[in-house]
Amino acid sequence: MRESMEFDVLIVGGGPAGLAAAIRLKQLAQDKGTDVSVCLIEKGAEIGAHILSGAVMDPRALSELIPDWQEQGAPIKTAVTEDRVIFLSETGGRQIPNALLPDSFHNDGNYIVRLGNVAKWLGEQAEALGVEVYPGFAGAEVLFDEAGAVKGVATGDMGLTREGEPGPNYQPGMELHAKYTLFAEGCRGHLGKQLEAKYKLREGVDPQTYGIGIKELWEVPAERHVPGLVVHTAGWPMDSATYGGGFVYHLEDNLVSIGFVVGLNYTNPHLSPFEEMQRYKTHPEIRKYIEGGKRLAYGARAIAAGGLQSQPKLVFPGGALIGDDAGFLNAARIKGSHAAIKSGMLAAEAAFDALGAERSRDELAAFPEAFRTSWLHAELHKTRNFKPYMKKGLWMGSLLFGIDQNLFGGKVPWTLHNSADHTALKPAAECEKIAYPKPDGVLTFDRLSSVFLSNTNHEEEQPCHLQLKDAGVPISVNLAQHDAPEQRYCPAGVYEIVQEEAGPRLQINAQNCVHCKTCDIKDPTQNINWVVPQGGEGPIYQGM
Amino acid sequence: MKILVPVKRVLDYNVKVRVKADGTGVDLSNLKMAMNPFDEIAVEEAVRLKEAGVATEVVAVSCGVAACQETLRAAMAIGADRGILVETDVELQPLAVAKLLKALCDKEAPQVVICGKQAIDDDANQTGQMLAALMGWPQATFASKVTLAGESTTVTREIDGGLETIELKLPAVVTTDLRLNEPRYATLPNIMKAKKKPLDTVKPDELGVDVAPRLATLKVAEPPKRSAGVRVADVAQLVDKLKNEAKVI
Ligand SMILES: Cc1cc2nc3c(=O)[nH]c(=O)nc-3n(C[C@H](O)[C@H](O)[C@H](O)COP(=O)(O)OP(=O)(O)OC[C@H]3O[C@@H](n4cnc5c(N)ncnc54)[C@H](O)[C@@H]3O)c2cc1C
Ligand SMILES: Cc1cc2nc3c(=O)[nH]c(=O)nc-3n(C[C@H](O)[C@H](O)[C@H](O)COP(=O)(O)OP(=O)(O)OC[C@H]3O[C@@H](n4cnc5c(N)ncnc54)[C@H](O)[C@@H]3O)c2cc1C
Ligand code: SF4
Repeated sequence: MRESMEFDVLIVGGGPAGLAAAIRLKQLAQDKGTDVSVCLIEKGAEIGAHILSGAVMDPRALSELIPDWQEQGAPIKTAVTEDRVIFLSETGGRQIPNALLPDSFHNDGNYIVRLGNVAKWLGEQAEALGVEVYPGFAGAEVLFDEAGAVKGVATGDMGLTREGEPGPNYQPGMELHAKYTLFAEGCRGHLGKQLEAKYKLREGVDPQTYGIGIKELWEVPAERHVPGLVVHTAGWPMDSATYGGGFVYHLEDNLVSIGFVVGLNYTNPHLSPFEEMQRYKTHPEIRKYIEGGKRLAYGARAIAAGGLQSQPKLVFPGGALIGDDAGFLNAARIKGSHAAIKSGMLAAEAAFDALGAERSRDELAAFPEAFRTSWLHAELHKTRNFKPYMKKGLWMGSLLFGIDQNLFGGKVPWTLHNSADHTALKPAAECEKIAYPKPDGVLTFDRLSSVFLSNTNHEEEQPCHLQLKDAGVPISVNLAQHDAPEQRYCPAGVYEIVQEEAGPRLQINAQNCVHCKTCDIKDPTQNINWVVPQGGEGPIYQGM
Repeated sequence: MKILVPVKRVLDYNVKVRVKADGTGVDLSNLKMAMNPFDEIAVEEAVRLKEAGVATEVVAVSCGVAACQETLRAAMAIGADRGILVETDVELQPLAVAKLLKALCDKEAPQVVICGKQAIDDDANQTGQMLAALMGWPQATFASKVTLAGESTTVTREIDGGLETIELKLPAVVTTDLRLNEPRYATLPNIMKAKKKPLDTVKPDELGVDVAPRLATLKVAEPPKRSAGVRVADVAQLVDKLKNEAKVI
């Protein structure tokens, strides 16, 4: 028997969206002199352990939530001092004059942060306000009431054997019930995906489109460090038909955040985002910042980049999707943290009003209404065509997006559409193989030594959290047609084809998983289903 | 019977550390901390003894900064009844901790103290032994099995040659080895309950203990990088290399 507990509001996921919602609820209750019980669960071992971002943060939403964040000691210290956008060729680079850049590429007033640290700080603010914050617990199952409304979630069982039977240390999960449940799982939420299907939240909208971002944190020699410098690149090592780009953000304390994002609508199954990131660092325009430095950390995470036209319906009976779980991200600016915070606040306000009116487990229609009249909607509407333009290739896409933004200020009378990423892969035989250079152990590394720096761990004795709907498909389809692309797109080396006497077999090294969700997105027949492993496992990012 | 369990807050064993560029120590700022794994085993053992009706109360103690409260809450989520934080910002060395624990033993009069055999940060492997000496109690280190009966405890120890079983008169100090037990998962209901269990805070000077460090750290350095290995063609070549290159045989 699972124990259960009741709350006014339950929040699943302790990223910027979930934490902002929790804080806003408690603030409103304080202002009105009422009490709201708020519980937040997070699958990472601590708040921030699963957060991986760039990140250049637009402080607009945070300033609305906690106006005196500076005095409160928020770890947001390095103001952007310079923006550089560079088109890379294989050996050189051409900087785009800032005057030609659309507004969305300007970062005046923004800050370079370690988003995991910001989340950790938000977690402390939430706890101080009385939110019950429980890291180490994953929402494993959505619970429904008799009327079909969401009534909460159950945390996962601990101590199951590989076969799913209770082992010697078995502990059943717990049911958390609430009047409203907010899902803030970030990009490609595993429960969010189920809710979208159950309540048909994607009806009439485009499929979501994604990128995979691979990121490293470097400590560099002082003379190479330019605090506040933001570098974005397009072009090499991507060919002009593949959407992708890199970033180098100079933080405080000689730290540099460097990353590469590949659009998951790439077509060549031989492409390996991990190795693109590795060779990216060898470009003269990039290596000049990190040479002589030391890599401190590594990780990867998918990004929901579809924009407004890919956003699902936000509410359903008993709850709402917020943050990247609902695709609130401005792909042209690769910024989602401010949108996550704002969406969390708007949902919290709607939930608070509903609780005040003694409502429960109905649709929070006030949330999408408030969103439509918010600055966030205006911002996302303006850049909605960015990702679809980019499907036309880098040069054409940039030109069209530039015209859209600079001549029309984003108010063009058309909206372009997205298609699902998993449908994009071509047969391997039709595509050119890519010869990636061997890692040098100095600037470039192999997968395993990289994963080591994510601090990821999973108990081996538990059911595999990467489920195959059909165990034959990895060989009969993925290997036969696409040369098993999961071997390359997984940034953690989880998927391996091993040759055995009986023939090739897919081996899943689930312990290495960094919870990026790429396999759940890109698997060509959607045969891989990512579910939560035991709570408290996965990467332990330290300020990524 | 009361059992006292000292629990240390250390860097989470999954998290990689980095030596500070100036060699003064390792960089722990903002890193994830957790309970020393051997101490988790100690708490688990004490709680099992309580569940078996042998012990009546399990008291967890942590010495260090205010954040050690989290470590105490974690011990209470496993099943400790209450916590005592000896709060100080001073860097604590094993002797200082042993003296603090002695002061608490004088006050609390436990029959058994179960420590971890070592903490995974400094790997000193000293605190339990020092405490036993200061108290004049018998000690059983590296325990892989503990039975308590009446006035004595029987402990199986992991030693170089195998296993050794000894009997000690109570009160005594026991330190845990890895194979003593496998700690349970703290459940959400138990974590919720742990938040409400009593937690007292005392300062070292209230216990009359001088915790000033006796040892100074001169330098911390990373172990030298291992150079890449070579593949040898046959045993003859291996022997030759061991003799002439490595000069180890
Ligand atoms: C490489 C990269 C670069 C980026 N650069 C920037 C940038 O420069 N600026 C910017 O503003 N944004 C950037 N973003 C986007 C930004 O990181 C996200 O928009 C933001 O983190 C979204 O916040 P969120 O709270 O919605 O989700 P997340 O930050 O993803 O947080 C979700 C949390 O929920 C937890 N969770 C998920 N499922 C469960 C479950 N079932 N049970 C319990 N817990 C669960 C997760 O562990 C996680 O902690 C970048 C993203 C990436 C990947
Ligand atoms: C909190 C904690 C407490 C621990 N306590 C104890 C304890 O009390 N007692 C104990 O015994 N251990 C303990 N361990 C485990 C211990 O620290 C090491 O993990 C263990 O000794 C590693 O030994 P290994 O050879 O199995 O693994 P590895 O660390 O993987 O191997 C060590 C070396 O062996 C070589 N090697 C490994 N596999 C092969 C191979 N197939 N062929 C050739 N060479 C190989 C490698 O060169 C490597 O450098 C503890 C670990 C932790 C995290
Ligand atoms: S297994 Fe899937 S979710 Fe895990 S790291 Fe690999 S691609 Fe990402």
